[in-house]
Amino acid sequence: MADSKAKPGLLLDIRNLRIEATVFPPGEPPKNIVLVHDVSLTLEKGKVLGLIGESGAGKSTIGLSSMGYGRGGVRITGGEVILNGRDILKGGKDGFRKLRGREVCYVAQSAAAAFNPAHKLMDQVVEATLLHGTATRAEAEKRAVALFKKLSLPNPETIGERFPHQVSGGQLQRVMTAMALCSEPDLIVFDEPTTALDVTTQIDVLAAIKDAIHDTHVAALYITHDLAVVAQVSDEIMVLRHGRLVEWGGTRQIIKEPRQEYTNALVSVHEIEHAEQKPGTTPFLSVKNVTAAYGRSHIKVLKNVSVDIYPGQTLAVVGESGSGKSTLARAITGLLPPEEGTVTFDGRPLANRLADRPKEDLRQLQMIYQMADVAMNPRQTVGTIIGRPLEFYFGIRGRERDKRVAELLDKIEMGKGFSDRYPAELSGGQKQRVCIARSLAAKPKLIICDEVTSALDPLVAHGILELLLELQKEENVAYLFITHDLATVKSIADSIAVMYRGEVVRYGPKSKVLTPPFDAYTDLLLSSVPEMEIGWLEKAIKGRRMASAGN
Amino acid sequence: MSSPILKLVAQRVALGILLLLAVSVLIFAGTQILPGDVAQAILGQSATPESLANLREQLGLNQPAYLRYLHWLGGVLTGDLGTAMSSGQDIATSIKSRLWNTLFLAFWAAIVAVPLAIILGLIAVRYRNGWVDKLISGLALASTSFPEFFIGYVLVYFFAVKWQIFPGISTVYDGMPFGERMQAIALPATALTLVVLAHMMRMTRAAILNVMQSAYVETAELKGLSAFNVIRKHAFPNAIAPIINVVMLNLAYLIVGVVVVEVIFVYPGMGQYLVDHVTKRDVPVVQAVGLIFAAVYISLNIIADIGAIVANPRLRHPK
Repeated sequence: MADSKAKPGLLLDIRNLRIEATVFPPGEPPKNIVLVHDVSLTLEKGKVLGLIGESGAGKSTIGLSSMGYGRGGVRITGGEVILNGRDILKGGKDGFRKLRGREVCYVAQSAAAAFNPAHKLMDQVVEATLLHGTATRAEAEKRAVALFKKLSLPNPETIGERFPHQVSGGQLQRVMTAMALCSEPDLIVFDEPTTALDVTTQIDVLAAIKDAIHDTHVAALYITHDLAVVAQVSDEIMVLRHGRLVEWGGTRQIIKEPRQEYTNALVSVHEIEHAEQKPGTTPFLSVKNVTAAYGRSHIKVLKNVSVDIYPGQTLAVVGESGSGKSTLARAITGLLPPEEGTVTFDGRPLANRLADRPKEDLRQLQMIYQMADVAMNPRQTVGTIIGRPLEFYFGIRGRERDKRVAELLDKIEMGKGFSDRYPAELSGGQKQRVCIARSLAAKPKLIICDEVTSALDPLVAHGILELLLELQKEENVAYLFITHDLATVKSIADSIAVMYRGEVVRYGPKSKVLTPPFDAYTDLLLSSVPEMEIGWLEKAIKGRRMASAGN
Repeated sequence: MSSPILKLVAQRVALGILLLLAVSVLIFAGTQILPGDVAQAILGQSATPESLANLREQLGLNQPAYLRYLHWLGGVLTGDLGTAMSSGQDIATSIKSRLWNTLFLAFWAAIVAVPLAIILGLIAVRYRNGWVDKLISGLALASTSFPEFFIGYVLVYFFAVKWQIFPGISTVYDGMPFGERMQAIALPATALTLVVLAHMMRMTRAAILNVMQSAYVETAELKGLSAFNVIRKHAFPNAIAPIINVVMLNLAYLIVGVVVVEVIFVYPGMGQYLVDHVTKRDVPVVQAVGLIFAAVYISLNIIADIGAIVANPRLRHPK
């Protein structure tokens, strides 16, 4: 929808945007905090601006301000948001309603959650178009089908008849893009549209989004924390931190010649040098021919899986969601007793069921989870949380326990002062550190790390990985490191098992697994990891040997 | 309709029948535990042992309990609820008109209360935490907190005594014209509405508020939908399951829990019938009414379950 009154070329002009929110800290009077400090940006018609930064940088908040929307109690308290030549902040509620879904559309991070489970996809896709009266139902549906085709969705004619739960996550994300494009807006806000997807699905969706943006000449704000992803789609990139502008420039300049130290840290974040350790003579934990299924289902989630873990080394298990990585962990810990096969520990078989294992066996295997905040009791202090394994396994109490807790806090590079804090008072990275300390307190031989860095910002995740490696050296503890992120694998693993649909398709020392020739699936996985290189996306898509599972 | 839904529905219905059977055993057993029996009750304190034995023989009371239970159950299944001891009348015949009266009253109370509660709930969500919300919640809570008899008498005082708009005594009879009948039940129906309103309204509000946190509600807002349409089109359909549940519980209450209101307005319904016969220790009537109440309760809850199943798109449209 073109507006003749707008200055030629310029679509969005945000000037000195200030956004505030009221927070209610426990035991203190409510106070105002500033989320976005006087940020300005401009976007021309048909261009893509990438907004990047860690969580709390204000990316989404700025993106949503172009629709006059504030999540929760967020308020726009200063500045101007000039869209198509007028300040939308002066338009009031009715003004916002008229532009939302018509001039500006939104693509959310998790399409699975952003679609209403009670309505058919087509009804939701054309809803905004019909609401704003820009087309009849028949026209809108025709437009939607054409967009489904453009986004290479399967069965474009009939997919709209489906309900959200009947469509895969990668497809939903594309349907959501079609939904945003359907009302032919001038601007689309993409809010981490591929972050929740598997790495192999991400590149398909990314390519589809890029093509759609290119063909429809829509402008976009592309919000993400992944610089390599944003480098594929953006004309310009804006780096934000703590609600302030760090650096703004062309894509090539930002990724090749960053001028700010912080940008540089983001660009080089993933690289940890980790020399591979050769496997020892005898593994202390062997998984032999394990097959497992949930309930009485005939679908085997693990099929004949065998892996070995050596003392003080890291086995990384990689694969997409649904490949059976976490199920392998559940089988080893006894949470899901295998139907066939055995798990041996120190030369003797472990009981299949968790309930049949003696306390000593439980102590030797500890776990750390992806969501640190739900893995801790919010009503216990850090000291109690870390002290619990000391009491439970070793019967250490009182002053002795407090001393050990202090040592553990020191090991995870957090001060003694944290002992009296509650989990809610910690940052995401600190919470994960507490979980690590808790697992270390049991002095286990093996810690199973299930996607422990996936929910963290890259820089924080980097710190956690370094800590894990250092602790491994000091305590000689082994890790079973479950992840979908290959960059993480390269930095931490000694050996790697690649899983695909319940089977181990490639297994061996890191150097061998990551050296060609690859099998088709490993090749797909490796070639799907975004690289900080302009034009990587097109090359990667062209070079693929098999289609990703998410399609 | 696809097979998983049919299977779930069939399961619920089968479970309901089983439950009803279990309840019938409990009701029968409960009345057996009471001291004395029908023969004693009919003949009174001064009966001779011989005449008691004769009457027991005649009524089949000396048969073992399980046979008497099967006999009773067989009768119930064929529509024979037995004979009331106090009046000697056939229970099924006297219950029929009373059950109909109760259903009539419950129906009209529900017709007003359910939509009103849901609409008030929607409005409360729309203006959540504002004065409209607080006013609705406050009034609804107040009307529920007052005992039913109090509300009943207040209504009678104003509408029947002071302003004389509606009758204070809700007499209805067979063949009564519809208009008069409606006028007669106006006050008890209002009292019932006020009693059940708050529960349903609060649940509607809570269920929808729960859904309002969802990402798809944000999606709807970002499409430019008005606040009320967001609630109606996107939040409400996903909050339906808990709402159906609480609505059905309240409908059940309207049928089986109206004793007090019926007594206040001297309305010839099931509740009054039950109370009358409990005081007369008329066991067959108490059994019959108890069983009917249990059946109503169980069927409405089955309907709630089925409603919640059907409202779930994942079950309605499997992958």
